[in-house]
Amino acid sequence: MADPNIIGGFAGGVLIGAAAVLLLWLNGRIAGISGILGGLVSINSIVERSWRAAFVAGLVLGAAGYSLAVHAPQLQLVSSVPILVLAGLLVGFGTRLGSGCTSGHGVCGLARRSPRSLTATVTFIGFGVLTVYLVRHAFT
Amino acid sequence: MSAIVTSLAIGALFGFGLSLSEMINPARVIGFLDVAGPWDATLLFVMAGALMVTMPLYPWVLRQNKPLLGKAFILPTKRKVDTPLVFGAGVFGIGWGLAGFCPGPALAAIATGQWGVLLFVAAMIAGQWLAGLFASS
Repeated sequence: MADPNIIGGFAGGVLIGAAAVLLLWLNGRIAGISGILGGLVSINSIVERSWRAAFVAGLVLGAAGYSLAVHAPQLQLVSSVPILVLAGLLVGFGTRLGSGCTSGHGVCGLARRSPRSLTATVTFIGFGVLTVYLVRHAFT
Repeated sequence: MSAIVTSLAIGALFGFGLSLSEMINPARVIGFLDVAGPWDATLLFVMAGALMVTMPLYPWVLRQNKPLLGKAFILPTKRKVDTPLVFGAGVFGIGWGLAGFCPGPALAAIATGQWGVLLFVAAMIAGQWLAGLFASS
């Protein structure tokens, strides 16, 4: 077993959940990051694009603020450049076709008791586990 | 205007949470998905923390007539579990397992300025665009 970050993980999760609740309560929007990004790129409306751009800018500023206020986060990329690009394509394609990602389906959709989100969450975790198994263990 | 300010602040809270929970680090995420290796439970605690807040409060918020600063709640309209949902989630899972990045952490990780992160984000946007073409064909 690796050493899990129990306190940071749980506290960070609470902040993520609080952000999702605030976005719904104040603005009436679901905090699904793939959907927010997708709309930023594809919806031709200044109103839609401006709040989405602000949210994405906030994500980056929040991470930057953490590294200034606390410490620079450890970030170990685990894959080579071609694999990163392939993975990015698959993540973008899959989240758009599947209407959401870890935040939209996992954090928000489950809280709405959505059967679609439960199905999606079980599916992407399952395929994630399978992929890591094949890459790390199947051929060694 | 208020939606821009609140979105910026809430995005920052989200990004701070992703950093604090270390979900911004692909190695942590891969560690969770690697059930046959030295399994890392961190992501489980992140989900537990987030759901502990959203599970009780989402239904409460949705019982209000409208959001505090908006006209109406804008919620997903699809109800049926269909093929694009399952196929898309599967494709996403494969990409997630390859790099350990999902959309939120990848965007937040732009703050580190690493080239690999920028490449991943550019590819992710291209992938979303391709899915748009695929879905409308």
